[in-house]
Amino acid sequence: MGALVYRFIVGGIIVSVFAAAGDVLEPKSFAGLFGAAPSVAMATLTLAIMREGKAYAAVESGSMIAGALAFFCYACLCTWLMKKRNIRSTVATVSAMVLWFTFAFGAWFLFLR
Amino acid sequence: MKIRANFSGLKKTKWHESLLRFALGGMITVAAGIIAKRYGPVLGGLFLAFPAIFPASATLVEKHEREKKLKAGIARSMRGRQAAALDARGAMFGSVGLCFFAIIVWKVLPMLQAPVTLTLALTAWLAMSFFIWRTHVCSFQKRHGEKAHQA
Repeated sequence: MGALVYRFIVGGIIVSVFAAAGDVLEPKSFAGLFGAAPSVAMATLTLAIMREGKAYAAVESGSMIAGALAFFCYACLCTWLMKKRNIRSTVATVSAMVLWFTFAFGAWFLFLR
Repeated sequence: MKIRANFSGLKKTKWHESLLRFALGGMITVAAGIIAKRYGPVLGGLFLAFPAIFPASATLVEKHEREKKLKAGIARSMRGRQAAALDARGAMFGSVGLCFFAIIVWKVLPMLQAPVTLTLALTAWLAMSFFIWRTHVCSFQKRHGEKAHQA
């Protein structure tokens, strides 16, 4: 339980730091880079290296590539939904999650399993 | 187009919005750890690139832009969604950088010390994301002029 709380706090802090950088920077399209910052990865990999070792963290990073490609497709869809279809950001970003899960798990099923 | 730091942007974010982002970040980090432990690091690794913070950020961008327009006396405006779309486009470039981050950690971590590898990967993420963003801005300005992109 203590490890989970520690993980929650470390993850929360790192994500908040990157999110604050996104709030401060202008223009908007540049600040948007921080929406795809490796914040969860930094927190998780640091903890994985400390507890499980470098080899374990390297394996996680290998499949993170598929997750990052899924994120790219997800962000493309979000941009299109909001810019061209004029859909509210909450609806667009939450509904487009289906694409992230489909792409990420599809890549896992086809190439990483 | 110049990159600026506007610290008044921090004041726009309310404490409960910051708390929500903290909680989301914490929860997805915990979830990634649990999934990796239960199903192995290959499946768990997918969640290192989960868009945990982006939905909250895009929603805040739209909300803040809408409030700004309301203060200016403009009740209905498309500006909020367009600003959120710009934020999403930035995330699109950032995700390419995220891919480079993952490749560097994957290939370099077994050879170098962990802090060096993570610093190198973080630098690569920022450099690649900035390069793609800059290239996009330059090509857009060539086609439409500087003001078109700022709008």
